[in-house]
Amino acid sequence: MSKIANKQVICDVLVEAANTDKDIVVLCSDSRGSASLTNFANAHPDQFVETGIAEQNLVSMAAGLASCGKKAFAASPACFLSTRSFEQCKVDVAYSNTNVKLIGISGGISYGSLGMTHHSAQDIAALAAVPNMRVYLPSDRLQTEILIKELLKDNKPAYIRVGRNAVEDVYEEGNVPFVMDKATCVHEGNDIAIIATGEMVKPSLDAAKMLEAEGISCRVLDMYSVKPIDKEAVIQAAEETQAIITVEEHSIFGGLGSMVCQIVSEHCPKKVVNMALPDEPAIAGNSAEVFGYYGLDKEGIAKTARKLMEK
Amino acid sequence: MENLKAKSFEIREHVLDVIYRAKAGHIGGDMSVTDILVALYFKHMNVGPEKVNDPERDRFVLSKGHSVEALYCVLAERGFFPYSDLETVSQFKTKYIGHPNNKINGIEMCSGSLGHGLPVCVGMALAAKMDKRDYRVYTVMGDGELAEGSVWEGAMAGGHYKLDNLTAIVDRNRLQISGCTEDVMTQDDQKTRWESFGWHAIVCDGNDIDSLDKALTEAKATKGKPTVIIAETTKGYGISFIENKAPWHHKVPNAEEYAAAKKELQARRAQAL
Repeated sequence: MSKIANKQVICDVLVEAANTDKDIVVLCSDSRGSASLTNFANAHPDQFVETGIAEQNLVSMAAGLASCGKKAFAASPACFLSTRSFEQCKVDVAYSNTNVKLIGISGGISYGSLGMTHHSAQDIAALAAVPNMRVYLPSDRLQTEILIKELLKDNKPAYIRVGRNAVEDVYEEGNVPFVMDKATCVHEGNDIAIIATGEMVKPSLDAAKMLEAEGISCRVLDMYSVKPIDKEAVIQAAEETQAIITVEEHSIFGGLGSMVCQIVSEHCPKKVVNMALPDEPAIAGNSAEVFGYYGLDKEGIAKTARKLMEK
Repeated sequence: MENLKAKSFEIREHVLDVIYRAKAGHIGGDMSVTDILVALYFKHMNVGPEKVNDPERDRFVLSKGHSVEALYCVLAERGFFPYSDLETVSQFKTKYIGHPNNKINGIEMCSGSLGHGLPVCVGMALAAKMDKRDYRVYTVMGDGELAEGSVWEGAMAGGHYKLDNLTAIVDRNRLQISGCTEDVMTQDDQKTRWESFGWHAIVCDGNDIDSLDKALTEAKATKGKPTVIIAETTKGYGISFIENKAPWHHKVPNAEEYAAAKKELQARRAQAL
């Protein structure tokens, strides 16, 4: 298990980049600690902006800074950033096309027993529906590092969601296949395709390894870029396997599963099973407990795959 | 100095033409805000078609985006695009839609959803401070708009960061779509409210160029805090049968009303000359 959470990696990349790039500005809404951005605030106080507990203002100010040439990173818990500031994300960031990277920290059900106020199970649905907004959910610390470095090179809006806790590595140091906006195939296979995003990639990969021993061959796609989604990879998966499973830490409505179904039903109709959070406030518990309860772990994913193969 | 009083009536005539031709627009707020925009674009702001990419240019965001017809006409008059472009306002496939968008030359940010301009301008003003640049940042809000909570998030941050390069102007015409602002949601006393957020507050006659000129000059001279100008205006100013009538928030004049309005604006322009 890695000891470094994806959000910590974002901070590390930004601290280093800001040593030479004085246009980088990080904004927090009393969230520097929870976003692991205290190091940035200490290392680059002149490039750090505190907005107080005011997420709407956080996003609008980021947009104003960006319109004057800054590379703005607005970090706040994903639950508040994505829906309380939704209008600001839509108008001031996406519509005005400002160089704001929205960093949604402690996404999904990371906050466990803090309840539905602190869960962001609607962020993909909300933000992916906004024209000119990209949505990324990196799967581990190594991919997060590459993604943030890539995003530093462009000047377009994006929403990046990461979890609260350190997660197990999907990739190996020095061996992180990555093409911007393209899915990464982390396990080859032709019986079932498992398309996962964010923290769900690792259990999907583990399930595939487990199933391999049982003679079920699974392809696992790390769809870290939910928008733009890698349509070709989805179509190819549909063409080359018998069924698709989508796995995401998000509402069953409007997320990766919905997007995959749209593509598959239009281009290569196949059975698709969406694994996600149900349409109800998530049960209390830590991430592992909640994922286990809803079958969003390697056992649950493997079980779904076995069932599909029985048919 | 150019006769800006006459200029304001000339702009209003163009606004009337645009709305009559488009059969759409927010005539009441356009007429109340015109003098504010004229004072900014023809005297106080360092902007111009030759400076749209100049990092030192002043920044402006029309937070009350529905008054876009007035902004369009001021921008056309300042040469950001030809007046003939405005023949397409609100027409099929036009980029001259009913709220500002930054695909149009001279418009910095998209707006239309109320309560966004001030927080965005706080970011712009902060950028100027960070880069040690001298440009100033301006936004114009409606008084009904002040019910949006995000305005006060921006006000708080503007005061906190002591952004003396930021000026917010409230088009205080006391009417909104449903009627008097004070009946919809109490907005008095604005001066006290803004001062309590750490702002320097000035009340002026928002339909008088000299009064606006004085207020904007005072804002520039104010150090250590942002300034808000409560510009007391008359909704529909310049066209007597439209003035102070809530239904004229976005009513479109018929042929008879158009002719009468045109005549009155021309007469008032002649008086100002």
